[in-house]
Amino acid sequence: MKICVLVKEVPDAAVQKRIDTGSMRLDRSGENNLNPFDTHAIEAAMQLKEGGELAIDEVVAVTMGPGSAQRALQKAVALGADRSVHLSDDALLGSDVCATGLALAKVLESESPDVVLLGQQSDDGECYTIGAVVADHLKMPSLTQVVGMKVDGNALVCERQAEYGYDTVALTLPAVISVGDAINEPRYPSLKAIMGAKKKPLDSKSIGDVGIDASQVGEAGSQTTVIALNPPPAKAAGEIIEDEDTAETVEKIVAWLDERKLI
Amino acid sequence: MAGILVYALHDDEGNFNKNSLGALSEAAKLAGELGTEAAAVIVGDIADDAAAGLGNYGVTKVYRAKDVTEGLAQPIVDVMAKVITENGFTYALFGGGLLGFEIGAGLTARLGAGVTMEVTKVKVDGGKLISERPILQDSQIADVGYVSEPGIIIGRLNAFDVKESGGTAEVVDVDVELSEWSTKAKLITRGEQRGADIDIEAADVLIGGGRGLGSAEGFEGAEALAGAFDNSAVAATRAVVDAGWWPYAGQIGQTGKTVAPKLYLAVGVSGAIQHKVGMMNSENIVAINKDPNAPIFEFSDLGIIGDLNKIMPKLTEAIKAKKG
Repeated sequence: MKICVLVKEVPDAAVQKRIDTGSMRLDRSGENNLNPFDTHAIEAAMQLKEGGELAIDEVVAVTMGPGSAQRALQKAVALGADRSVHLSDDALLGSDVCATGLALAKVLESESPDVVLLGQQSDDGECYTIGAVVADHLKMPSLTQVVGMKVDGNALVCERQAEYGYDTVALTLPAVISVGDAINEPRYPSLKAIMGAKKKPLDSKSIGDVGIDASQVGEAGSQTTVIALNPPPAKAAGEIIEDEDTAETVEKIVAWLDERKLI
Repeated sequence: MAGILVYALHDDEGNFNKNSLGALSEAAKLAGELGTEAAAVIVGDIADDAAAGLGNYGVTKVYRAKDVTEGLAQPIVDVMAKVITENGFTYALFGGGLLGFEIGAGLTARLGAGVTMEVTKVKVDGGKLISERPILQDSQIADVGYVSEPGIIIGRLNAFDVKESGGTAEVVDVDVELSEWSTKAKLITRGEQRGADIDIEAADVLIGGGRGLGSAEGFEGAEALAGAFDNSAVAATRAVVDAGWWPYAGQIGQTGKTVAPKLYLAVGVSGAIQHKVGMMNSENIVAINKDPNAPIFEFSDLGIIGDLNKIMPKLTEAIKAKKG
């Protein structure tokens, strides 16, 4: 069996993210990193593989993005993936959720996975939706925000929180599962794994290689358009106290609360 | 016909979700501006009068798929795709919540449709809808339009207010053949409550605990702090509820409760958007966090950058002393 883990390169958490107002796209020129939410999906894949209840032959990290996205794949491999696939093509630039979901589904289709795992959201786009988009294209059952997963024959029994409490859902494989960050504590890669990551197979594909027509992706295939960017409604900045002398800090907090009759 | 189709979620007793009712009201208002009508789609065995009762929120029709089970997204994608295609709806609207994200995403793939999520406001411009979508941790708001029909709009929690208009709706039963893959996910249990049943909605003061508390034991300090106030309770973020540190009943946010106490005092809460939307209408927000870049400081009235393990016990004592 094969697990594909969808990963994404995102601006590093320390980078102040901004939109390039010419292209209305995220400025990706700064330091980039593997989307932190994806590390939970890789860890979930490793636990399924190591658990042995499913005969997992390989874990494949899959991404779509510019050349630099290979670093995210190397990180995914350092965390345990056996190899990686990189869909990269200038025609993909500017893809919205609809176009991105289609492109990812096509590249996944070429791998015929038994399980597709991904993180609950990307740290930059914050769309939460790619898993369910990909699943419909792949004609597979899916669930998002999964925080517990058990193997039961040819199914994965998943737990997640929905509107009214915890739901337990059995998904017959193949299936697409997006995992919440509470599902596990991702391991740290060993130095050996980091050093070895560049030697693991990395398969680069263009859209033609996986049967995508340029009209289906990028701006041509996108069904939404960003018309304008505006600042959020102004909100009075709050007061900030840096705690140096805790007794003094506490005195200030109590005074602040007391002034507003909150005690 | 054109029109806006809204999914109305309900619990196992048939009570409709408040965010869904808000979406119905919003759709009715927008449809009025567009010169069209809004309709609802429901699944499961909802009685005729209960279904027709959704007209109270301004929709003129309710499409009901009786044989489809509530609670999983993909069968509802099948239902909505059919209703949209057969009746020519130009938009699908979802109130804030998890299932709406999944259904909207599925429809995006099925219909090749544009989607926006976390939408806080919808505007009418030139006979079309434009979604306002906060991006980059709410630091900017993008106005997003749709290139083709239908457009999928997934609202943020509490974005749309419920408005009752007193009408009733025509109920139309729909038969839908489910996609093969929609039958491969089986709901074993739904809406399981985990942990004690605590009430955070009636409290004047809420201590909100997050991952920064470090462990389930860390919540003892939060409980002690809550104990220093009158009519108080301890609430929590989703991450710590999922980790089993605090009961589900005490959870704030997208898949938890929405609260607006007089004081919300956050300890070790980073302030992710899914949490923010559940507590941002609190009258006073105070946050203690050691990370100066924590998003919660962006919407706190008073922010304390420091170690909560040092501050919280002393604050508890000081408040007790102040009260005398």
